[in-house]
Amino acid sequence: MLAFILRRTGQGLLVVAAMVVLVFFGVHVLGDPVWILVSPEMTQTQIEEVARALGVDRPIHEQFLIFLKGLTQGDLGRSFVHGSPAIGLILERMPATLELAFVALMMAIVIGIPLGLFAGLKPDHPLARAIMAVSILGFSLPTFWVGLMLIMVFAVMLGWLPATGRGPVGHIFGIETSLLSLEGWRFILLPALNLALLKISLVIRLARAGTREVALLDYVKFARAKGLSPGRIVGVHILKNILIPIITVLGLEFGSLVAFSIVTETIFSWPGMGRLLLEAIQRLDRPVIVAYVIVVVCLFVVINLIVDILYSLVDPRVRLSEAKA
Amino acid sequence: MTYRWSALLGGVAIACFHSTVMAQDIRIGVSAEPTSMDPHFHTLTPNNQIMRHMFEPLVSMDEKQAIKPGLAESWKVVDDTTWEFKLRAGVKFHDGSDFTVDDVIATFARTPNVPKSPAGFGTYVHGKTIEKIDALTFRVKTANPEPLMLNHLAQFSVISAKNQGAGTEDYNSGKAAIGTGPYRFAEFVAGDRVVFTRNDQYWGGKPYWGKVTIKPVKSDPTRVAALLSGDLDVIEAVPTADAQRLKADPRLITGSALSNRVIYFHLDRHREDSPFIKGRDGAAIKNPLNVLKVRQALSKALNRQAIVERIMEGEAQPAAQLLPDTYEGTSSKLKPVAYDLDGAKKLLAEAGYPNGFKITIHGPNGRYTNDAKILEAAGQMWSRLGLDVAVEAVPAANFFSRASTGGAGGMPEFSLFLVGWSAGTGEPSGSINSLIATFDKKAGTGAANRGRYSNKKVDDLLSAAVRTVDSAKRAVILAEATEVAMEDVAIIPIQYPLNTWAAKKDFVIVPRSDEYTLAMSFTRK
Repeated sequence: MLAFILRRTGQGLLVVAAMVVLVFFGVHVLGDPVWILVSPEMTQTQIEEVARALGVDRPIHEQFLIFLKGLTQGDLGRSFVHGSPAIGLILERMPATLELAFVALMMAIVIGIPLGLFAGLKPDHPLARAIMAVSILGFSLPTFWVGLMLIMVFAVMLGWLPATGRGPVGHIFGIETSLLSLEGWRFILLPALNLALLKISLVIRLARAGTREVALLDYVKFARAKGLSPGRIVGVHILKNILIPIITVLGLEFGSLVAFSIVTETIFSWPGMGRLLLEAIQRLDRPVIVAYVIVVVCLFVVINLIVDILYSLVDPRVRLSEAKA
Repeated sequence: MTYRWSALLGGVAIACFHSTVMAQDIRIGVSAEPTSMDPHFHTLTPNNQIMRHMFEPLVSMDEKQAIKPGLAESWKVVDDTTWEFKLRAGVKFHDGSDFTVDDVIATFARTPNVPKSPAGFGTYVHGKTIEKIDALTFRVKTANPEPLMLNHLAQFSVISAKNQGAGTEDYNSGKAAIGTGPYRFAEFVAGDRVVFTRNDQYWGGKPYWGKVTIKPVKSDPTRVAALLSGDLDVIEAVPTADAQRLKADPRLITGSALSNRVIYFHLDRHREDSPFIKGRDGAAIKNPLNVLKVRQALSKALNRQAIVERIMEGEAQPAAQLLPDTYEGTSSKLKPVAYDLDGAKKLLAEAGYPNGFKITIHGPNGRYTNDAKILEAAGQMWSRLGLDVAVEAVPAANFFSRASTGGAGGMPEFSLFLVGWSAGTGEPSGSINSLIATFDKKAGTGAANRGRYSNKKVDDLLSAAVRTVDSAKRAVILAEATEVAMEDVAIIPIQYPLNTWAAKKDFVIVPRSDEYTLAMSFTRK
């Protein structure tokens, strides 16, 4: 187990290093941030001073060395736009994004698995057909459009839920969250649903396919013959066996929920790190872009590791020490 | 087989109560988030408008950018290079301390020296030395006459001398966010909101709102939806596509002001072989933009009225010069060039291009309202003139660095391109100086002259204007400089956009030309 984790971490570091190099040089091709940052009324001399102060007038390899030097001291650079450390900006906004992704993931599980189970067990039931039809919509409708429709219906027409922003924030075990109050849930419901929609559809399909396959296996027939209650057969024997692919996919999807909630965050004005990235790209705030990528890659590496460990807990056949990582 | 599904399908109950909002509170939706609470960190509209609530400049500008007394109650010109200012007595900072000349001195010292500042207010402080006379009187001396003294002093916020050494972080945390303005700093949650409370000690009388919440809502449709749903009381930057609908909505009111921004085409004037212009057959030709008649033809072939009505949906006015002619120093003689396709074709033929030429025009995508659409429309209009036009809208992040230094040898890259310019000082000398004056790094002129236009007469008039302290005389010179440049088609102005705000119907909006969204501009009926 330990050897596995160490090996995985080592590989993860390699991935991080490769991404840093790619992104660092990639963002430099985008354009010169000085022209976005300066006030138009500045003179050429002042503009050049800004470039010097930000260090973007140096040749790119020198900038990279300076960046690496900072990296060894845990410094990912300062945001050009905000003037504060890039990593601080990201971490400051991270709880909001994690919270949103977490609620979206819960929605995907709580809504997706029961519906998928049902559709798998009774594939010909009209309700099962309806579920499958709706899940196709969930896949194919663009997130930004659904988000706007949710706002139009629930905020503008019905007036039930707020259109934008995050609710009042409290702390529990030192973690900042808006889920402690009812008011906070009112704010998170629409953006989380928007973010979850695609994942719900995904889970429905996975659960349905898994259920259909597993329900026909001998051990299920045997359980039924033994006289186990239908609830136990489904809740324990079927559910446990369809969970493996779902855990894998949801683990990775959680990463993508965190990293790419940009559209939802922008539409619902959710103060998370996705919006920070979008604004950083628009303003060519290089240190923030690079720091964001580092954070996200690390996140994916960690999630992958956790998924592998969870795997072994759900399915004893999987032995981590032997798994080809 | 029966399965108990109901146990798995737990319903989520949602309580639908709305938090009570007091009549003294206002919630404003803005289109861009401030990057800092440090008043001297970055001169950017989303930042500056936030600062105006907490801090004040020495001289204030009203909604039409006319100069008004602010923290400085009165002033006089002692001689061409010396101004004397008298501060308002009895003004207090939010922490209760008195406002004196020492705070002004601290402000002058800190403003140009904020570490890591990408674009501070150094431009406005540069070259000014301050001399204390008594606690409420000071003089500002400059090496050369500075007619724009008041406009400059209206740009940057005055801080307390106690916080001269405070860093940007101290302002972001609110520790140093202590000014003299009508509202006090209460809270800054990055990405979510800035909250102010009323400053009961304000020298200008009790401020109208008890609590001001400013929320950045970047997505246009969401901002509109948040207003319609009642989450916000006021929104700025009403999208042009929704403007007519919101105006017709009986639950809302809107207010617009012509902005100090001009959207225009800049032309490559420094190259004989402009990279994006070719002959009809693809062969290299001499840069036709150097021919006056070609420039006039391009201007005549633009149907500005159609752009204003169809693309801007009426939320703009056709432009004739660098600033709308309601501003001081603009020319009252210049009118938008009338659309005349036949006349334009004739001019083009006379210039020696009866069959036109091949050209690629560029513009930013997403920097100005409807920028890419205007660019496309201009492309079509010039195709009708007989040119072979390709249109390329470039992401804004990429556009400005290419437009400034993207070409060979670090020169501006494009041949004919759409840009915008807003005159922060509320008069045209800054615009002429940056856009049209000859590019000269040492003299500090032409920094944004990405076409490298150069006209000795304009340069001479400009340098005469910046030495003339008498504002009436200066206005005449600037108007003449503008006329000379426009007759020579130094740039092709297209339109001045309107700034539009929308609010619930019981609000009163005082729209501002400088695009600032201030709680002070709104009251309830």
